[in-house]
Amino acid sequence: MSILVNLALGLIFGVGLVVSGMSDPAKVLNFLDLAGSFDPSLAFVMGGAVLVTFIGYRLAWRRHTPLLAPRFRVPSRTDIDARLILGPALFGIGWGLGGFCPGPALTSLGLGAAGTLVFVPAMLAGMWAARRLASD
Amino acid sequence: MTEFTPVASFVGGMLIGLSAVLMMLFEGRIAGISGIASRLLPPYREGAENGSAFAGRLAFVAGLVAAPLLVGTVAGVPVIQTVSSNAGLMIAAGLLVGFGSVWGGGCTSGHGVCGIARLSPRSLVATGVFMATGFLTVFVLRHVIGG
Repeated sequence: MSILVNLALGLIFGVGLVVSGMSDPAKVLNFLDLAGSFDPSLAFVMGGAVLVTFIGYRLAWRRHTPLLAPRFRVPSRTDIDARLILGPALFGIGWGLGGFCPGPALTSLGLGAAGTLVFVPAMLAGMWAARRLASD
Repeated sequence: MTEFTPVASFVGGMLIGLSAVLMMLFEGRIAGISGIASRLLPPYREGAENGSAFAGRLAFVAGLVAAPLLVGTVAGVPVIQTVSSNAGLMIAAGLLVGFGSVWGGGCTSGHGVCGIARLSPRSLVATGVFMATGFLTVFVLRHVIGG
């Protein structure tokens, strides 16, 4: 059951990335190019996603437990540490270089662009390195 | 130039939000792609992992990968994208995105969408930082080096 639900959720998420244009690095890079060929579309992606999530989360949390898990597991940390600055700073540089963040990169795999096929293994290597370093 | 698509982008964003909400409703979890993808990789922590959670994450990624093929075949809409074929650039970008998203505990989805929707101070800071370095990187590439 959980596997089918997750498959469906991945599909919905991926269709959202494609429909919104977020899966096209050219659109992402133009969003980030305030001083040049600025395309504000991605602000609308964030707006739609945050609006639905903001309302939907509060409806979901009216339940005592999730439908398929024993309890809600929401991050509870509120401290701002160096990792919270360094990690996103590096992530943003990579995002600005390639126009891909993790979701769109994975969604693009099946489209087979050469750039995607080198980006995704490098991204997984970076993730692995961070997990390795964090667990030391 | 890319075409400004406010309606398609808003609707697509709402689908991303719907997926995030259903992930909370069914699994009680944040729909953070860097977390979902990176936990498929070693090292695996003792006790923190079980087979069904692993299989669920794998299924989510399979759904992500299948999505554009579904849009292309079922809806008959060609999926257009322009990806740089500069291998060195894309390897550097991939390493930074992978390392940075895990080191900072989230990416555009976990911090940007789910975290802001939770009004998490950590996610607001993280999103501000990656947006700022993203803007700065494109500015330097296109208007300082490329200009």
